[in-house]
Amino acid sequence: MSNPDGQKSGGDRDWSVVVEDGIAKSNEPVSSAVAEPAATTRRHEPHEPPRQPLPEKLYKPREPVHNKRVRGPFRTFKWLVMLVTLGIYYVTPWIRWDRGPYAPDQAVLVDMANRRFYMFGIEIWPHEFYFVAGLLIMAGIGLFLVTSAVGRAWCGYACPQTVWTDLFQHVDRLIDGDRNARIRLDRAPWTWGKVFRRGFKWTIYALIGLVTGGAWILYFADAPTLFRDFFAGEAAPVAYITVAVLTLTTVTLGGFMREQVCIYMCPWPRIQTAMLDEKSLIVTYKDWRGEPRGSVKKAKKEPEKFGDCIDCTQCVQVCPTGIDIREGPQVGCITCALCIDACDKVMADIGRPRGLIDYATLEDCEREANGAEPRSPWRTLLRPRTIAYFLIWGSIGLAMLFALGVRSHTDLTVSPDRNPPFMLMSDGSVRNSFTLKLRNMESRPRDMEISIEGLPGAVMWSDTINRRDAAATQVVTVPADQTRAVRAYVMVPEGTETRDFTFRITSQDEQGETDAVKTRFSAPGDS
Amino acid sequence: MANEGPNKRVDQPTGTEFVGHEWDGIEELDTPMPRWWVWTFYLTIIFALGYMIAYPAWPMFEKATEGVLGWSSRGQLAEDIDAADQARVSVREALARIPIERLPDDSALMQQAVAGGAAAFRVNCVQCHGSGAAGSQELGYPNLNDDDWLWGGDLRAIEYTLVHGIRQAGDDQTRASQMPPFEGAFDSNQMDALVSHVLSLSGKGQSTPLGAQTFSDNCAACHGSSGEGNRELGAPRLNDAIWLRGSSREAITRQILNPRMGMMPKWEGRLDPVTIKMLAAYVHSLGGGEDFLEVAEDPEAEVDEQP
Repeated sequence: MSNPDGQKSGGDRDWSVVVEDGIAKSNEPVSSAVAEPAATTRRHEPHEPPRQPLPEKLYKPREPVHNKRVRGPFRTFKWLVMLVTLGIYYVTPWIRWDRGPYAPDQAVLVDMANRRFYMFGIEIWPHEFYFVAGLLIMAGIGLFLVTSAVGRAWCGYACPQTVWTDLFQHVDRLIDGDRNARIRLDRAPWTWGKVFRRGFKWTIYALIGLVTGGAWILYFADAPTLFRDFFAGEAAPVAYITVAVLTLTTVTLGGFMREQVCIYMCPWPRIQTAMLDEKSLIVTYKDWRGEPRGSVKKAKKEPEKFGDCIDCTQCVQVCPTGIDIREGPQVGCITCALCIDACDKVMADIGRPRGLIDYATLEDCEREANGAEPRSPWRTLLRPRTIAYFLIWGSIGLAMLFALGVRSHTDLTVSPDRNPPFMLMSDGSVRNSFTLKLRNMESRPRDMEISIEGLPGAVMWSDTINRRDAAATQVVTVPADQTRAVRAYVMVPEGTETRDFTFRITSQDEQGETDAVKTRFSAPGDS
Repeated sequence: MANEGPNKRVDQPTGTEFVGHEWDGIEELDTPMPRWWVWTFYLTIIFALGYMIAYPAWPMFEKATEGVLGWSSRGQLAEDIDAADQARVSVREALARIPIERLPDDSALMQQAVAGGAAAFRVNCVQCHGSGAAGSQELGYPNLNDDDWLWGGDLRAIEYTLVHGIRQAGDDQTRASQMPPFEGAFDSNQMDALVSHVLSLSGKGQSTPLGAQTFSDNCAACHGSSGEGNRELGAPRLNDAIWLRGSSREAITRQILNPRMGMMPKWEGRLDPVTIKMLAAYVHSLGGGEDFLEVAEDPEAEVDEQP
């Protein structure tokens, strides 16, 4: 993929080589009309000798990314995504949902102590963990779907690291000013003014981190109660520890690590870039249109000699991960498209068509490099691969909805006691004992009738009902939202042989929900 | 580096040297590591050193170094056990206070007693009565699941048996009874008729006048005229389906001629009263436990008996 000789490749060239070629062959010094002076020192300039000529230096400090403010449709969309995602994250725990007197009134609640997961009208029990597994599978396939259709949209817009980094970068901008001011301040000596500014900024960082961690714990307990307890110092230690850890990680990852997380720590870029194909959208610099680069002045003088790129480095200055998209597709590119906004504005200023940097597929790149007209990126949405992912994703979703719709709020499990398998009573009758687990998934206590089918003459009693009250059926009350274990003693008259029979429970309410379990009655002589 | 001398090549766009490895045309760049990564690595080393000082780490001849914090897994276990015991104190106190007659009224406490009794049973009782409390007919250990009780099956009677044992020397309150050996007392006709009569009491086989006569002369005093047994004396009921030592003619004959009688250790002094109470509750809960039948003198208690 590299071009060791520094020579141009032939006509049928690999697209990635094209980019490198384009940069390699333009060796004129830069003089940009728009570029800011700091930019040239911060970024590697392809025309100059390699910026890292030191193989003896094994480690290098992080180069801070001071991305410039930008306006444009993608930036607006990014604001919108930030608003929605952070809004959902911070507001959700406060939404109430009336579930009656026996269940919590929080719309979304992960109740670890009672092992329940509440999500609006849905209540998940531990034995229904397949719903969570289904959600995870849907999330996985959803990622395939989105990646195959619109590339690394997750990285660029929805990833928490991206959202929070964006937020922190905005805090930088509000407190320290835009790019140039921030670079100046970074280089300035530590005066009291700088100490105060940094202290103030890091305090804001810490507050954001605190709110982030604070919102997280509200998902695990009743939000208003926990909120009050937290500040009264009465919350559980685990709450304080969680908030402390999340505050620390939020500030570290969003405030200081930033693009280092995307480039060095996160596995997703590797996975997502591997999931792309030549029909997936990526952010791309159209070097066949932009190269060779030249300043506005030069380009005006000799328009036929230069491409559209005036080497203003705006695309580099606005990038939140500090990469140069003109070097070709790379793992550091999160496809947030801020460079598109920046470049489009420059193109408008110098009177060129937009889209020198644009969302395009590798296929489109090849076509356009060979002279074809640009095609609409929306076209990439509908193709067999995306449709297949969508069908799989949708059918899992429908299957889960169906399962949620038909699931019973009553459940019975039966385990026969095998030690001893049967018991001879003094009158010659035979008794077996069973452990029944009656599950009531409604938020109110319910009476359930236990009956026996297929065992003539059988009577039973449970550990709570007196043996003198032995009868063919028993009614037990199962508390709201709980599983009740009942030890049931079933007694049959002398002469009954080992045989299969069925326990049935029926809820004694208007629903009349029922569940039956087949089991075996053991008798002497047959076991 | 691996890429020195005349072969040294530089990747044009990034200006980074190649390492010199190539896989299917993809080459590795000699990119320097981020400095924070190195610092993180140093921090893990510092953490490891601190950990080795703070916690047991280095194996010595006798045992590992102790660590300045003095933590040990054994000490942790002891703490956990203490904490668990502390958590049970309130239940044990409530159990110590409540008379065993009232225990069934407090269903929550009863459940805790049964659970505690089950644990104590596994430690102290399974050696004879078996893990399922089914006993052993071969060895004469009673089955505790059924409803046949030699000395009574209500909570009080069970607790009494646990406290004083059965045929325990040195305890004048122990349950004691003696079935006399009838070796040489009957001729073979009488013996045969007696066994038939005993079997007929529970509906097996035919009784004869000789058998009935022999029974009423020798056995009815303790076992009752129809074999209903006598709990005061611990005389087994003979007219039911349950046989402690077997229902074959040979087993019955052997038991008449040379009776074997079991022994149950007294648990007073070996187990605390609360544990004994819990054991009684557990045994009672096995499915054959009886209600208090006789009317108590206390009129309030009488009300409690009829839920």
